[in-house]
Amino acid sequence: MKGNSVTSESHAVRFILITCTMCFLALFLFLPLAAVFAEALRKGWELFFASLHEEVALSAIKLTLITAAISVIANTIFGVSASWLITKFSFRGRSLLLTLIDLPFAVSPIIAGLVWIFLFGSKGWFGPWLTEHQIQIIFALPGIIIATLFVTFPFVARELIPLMESQSNDQEEAAITLGASGWQVFLRVTLPNIKWGLLYGILLCNARAMGEFGAVSVVSGHIRGKTNTLPLHIEVLYNEYQFSAAFACATLLALLALVTLGLKSLVEGIQKSETKDRNPLH
Amino acid sequence: MSISIHSIHKHFGSYSALEDISLEIPNGSLTALLGPSGSGKTTLLRIVAGLEFPDEGAGIIRFHGQNVSNIPVVKRGVGFVFQHYALFRHMTVAQNIAFGLTVLPKKHRPSRGEIRSRVNELLDLVKLEGLAKRRPDQLSGGQRQRVALARALAIRPKVLLLDEPFGALDAQVRKELRRWLRQFHDEIGLTTLFVTHDQEEALELADQVVVMRNARIEQVGKPQDVYDHPRSPFVYEFLGNVNKVQRHGSEPQYVRPHEIEVLFAAEYEPATDQLARVTHLFSAGPVASLTVRLPDGYFLDVQLSRKQLDELALGIGDEVAVRMRIHGAA
Amino acid sequence: MPKRRVIPGFGLTLGFTISYLSLIILIPLAALFIKAAGLSWSEWIEILGSRRVIAAAELTFGASFAAAIISTLFGLLVTWVLVRYRFPGRRLLDAMVDLPFALPTAVAGITLTTIYAPNGWIGEFLGHWGIRSSYSPLGVVIALTFIGFPFVVRTLQPVMDELGKEIEEAAATLGANRWIIFYRVILPLLLPALTTGFTLAFARAIGEYGSVIFISGNLPMKTEILPLLIVSQLEQLKYSAAAVIASSMLIISFLLLFLINLLQHQLNWQKH
Repeated sequence: MKGNSVTSESHAVRFILITCTMCFLALFLFLPLAAVFAEALRKGWELFFASLHEEVALSAIKLTLITAAISVIANTIFGVSASWLITKFSFRGRSLLLTLIDLPFAVSPIIAGLVWIFLFGSKGWFGPWLTEHQIQIIFALPGIIIATLFVTFPFVARELIPLMESQSNDQEEAAITLGASGWQVFLRVTLPNIKWGLLYGILLCNARAMGEFGAVSVVSGHIRGKTNTLPLHIEVLYNEYQFSAAFACATLLALLALVTLGLKSLVEGIQKSETKDRNPLH
Repeated sequence: MSISIHSIHKHFGSYSALEDISLEIPNGSLTALLGPSGSGKTTLLRIVAGLEFPDEGAGIIRFHGQNVSNIPVVKRGVGFVFQHYALFRHMTVAQNIAFGLTVLPKKHRPSRGEIRSRVNELLDLVKLEGLAKRRPDQLSGGQRQRVALARALAIRPKVLLLDEPFGALDAQVRKELRRWLRQFHDEIGLTTLFVTHDQEEALELADQVVVMRNARIEQVGKPQDVYDHPRSPFVYEFLGNVNKVQRHGSEPQYVRPHEIEVLFAAEYEPATDQLARVTHLFSAGPVASLTVRLPDGYFLDVQLSRKQLDELALGIGDEVAVRMRIHGAA
Repeated sequence: MPKRRVIPGFGLTLGFTISYLSLIILIPLAALFIKAAGLSWSEWIEILGSRRVIAAAELTFGASFAAAIISTLFGLLVTWVLVRYRFPGRRLLDAMVDLPFALPTAVAGITLTTIYAPNGWIGEFLGHWGIRSSYSPLGVVIALTFIGFPFVVRTLQPVMDELGKEIEEAAATLGANRWIIFYRVILPLLLPALTTGFTLAFARAIGEYGSVIFISGNLPMKTEILPLLIVSQLEQLKYSAAAVIASSMLIISFLLLFLINLLQHQLNWQKH
């Protein structure tokens, strides 16, 4: 097509660039994904299902689900609260707060686990007190949860803040002039406007919570059937050379990733068509 | 350089943007492409520039007799000013203006000193001395417009093409810049083609107005001719400032506000006049305007001098006689 | 006089946000820094100056830098193709770019190791050329590139989307060919976003653990990264050493984050 030649490359250049991209993505995205499933099924379906039915695997799945549920709920409440605070009000320290919310992104997962050792470990600040009262946090479920809370902390807030910032306050102000209370404003005016962004943030938060490895591995103590989440269980299996079993469990997490990506595209599609409906000019 | 456009067609998919357009633009003239949005005027301008291509097999564009249809935009040598200026925001004003010279192949590229003096010359020309080091985001809309113009002129283009040159500006700046552009054109004498949807702008500024509608040229002529002798109802209405009177079953009739005479009701002559009632009066400035209502319900806008209005001493609700020169659609 | 606010909820959200932030992030981080600050300068120098730490730091920063560079180059290519060209499968590719964000790092780790191991799909092929891709620094770079390149794509994409063709058409009417338009107009406009993407990929790579430890082989002095070194200090109950190494890493990461914010500030300034 001659018409496109002004702001676009020739067919040959285009073809080369597209081919390079496809090769790169095939090598770096599709090949690993395919490998997970290929390795999992290498020794047949029977072993695949057997690996998932093992008691330790089931307890790892259960632990992962509990951890993810608590982290997602807590960080969603925080995310909504923080983005309301940051986008609806101007106050001193606002930009500092924004930076602090981003902080966990810059912290290695290992450090996100390590910090809790200095608080609740046997030699940590509260270690002696906890031992005295026979409360265990490190190497137990509470430790796994707080470490996961740390790493998944910013996900919901990070999705909501830019979204809410791009929407002005006039709808909320209109609702207030019409006599709505704060909760009514949030539930009936703000929430419908941010629901897709919120959902997307929750999806990302959940994917990270279920898949977190480094932070959890520091605080879990690797007690089989007790404090091993699914990623940790995979590591144990892999290090014991039970490759097929390790990959069988890995398929669950890979499927989780695929579902997350699928839902994400879906949410983005809906968001796009909604904004299109609202202003037909674009 | 004259521009000659011969038999241009352009389709976007099934949508026809231009149909059989032929047009002569005399050397050194300032020509306006005037039309509502979707009339094809911007597409035509972009085809002249080489940013779009006409449908295969049809149409020739000539600059001063030379067929440029197959010369790509990079080598066509047109100065193009974009509606939103498209300034390079990572470059200073001077770097923007110099861009076209610095991208020339080495053997044609002027020396640094030459480029600098050409840039200064252009900054003088567009009255932006002293702003060479600014960045585009530190300029007002009008200043950006002139940087875009200077940048286009730096390559000594064969023709100058402007897409809605005043579209993005405030009313006040618009008026000033319009006057300045006319003066500027007369100084440099470059064949200039600009696109606008504003009839006032086209009539005031151009030597030649090309009225476009639905992918076709409706009328071409001097502003005075187009205004006084519109060739179609569309041109009549689009040039604006006209009363349309369409009585049941008859052809629409048009009359411009200044072509209506207002008399005392006592002077009413049944053969030529109609009785009407004043419904609205506006008289700030030298020209007064009033709206009258005819017995059959039509409203007419009338323009008269302040002096005439004072003599008539009219008030809302007064009865008057109106005498008008009616035009049919030519 | 307190400021009067129309929209309710300031006190509630401020209170909750600050308390939660303090409990989950600030107090734990403070515990780490206080632990590290309790050590003397000479202890710091002794820990950070040990040959094992220096080797791990060299590998971590070197491999992260290399991976961030590769991520930036391929990120630019991938974004360019995704934004500018229409071809079958484009939307699938676009969605899949986020895979490294969504795939748990442990899964990425064991998978990449399997592919690049001497008997793996790619490892065997590379082996013929005498290239060892797993249990080597190259393996670390591969894993970190996998983790890093989506950051570059997602940072660049909105900026490239917004560029618009007018600016390129303007350059074309002024006589610039495609190549000149690319490196004199498009590239400079993308530079702030490219730098941000690079920094994000770099910062993430420095702290990365799960996807690296399987493929790297974890030989002290050779293929041991800093986060793993922290873990091994911890397992030997050397809490002080772990705290010092972690604090130093954090300080570097925070500096990088600060740099990103500065860049984004500049980016926004250019937009207006």
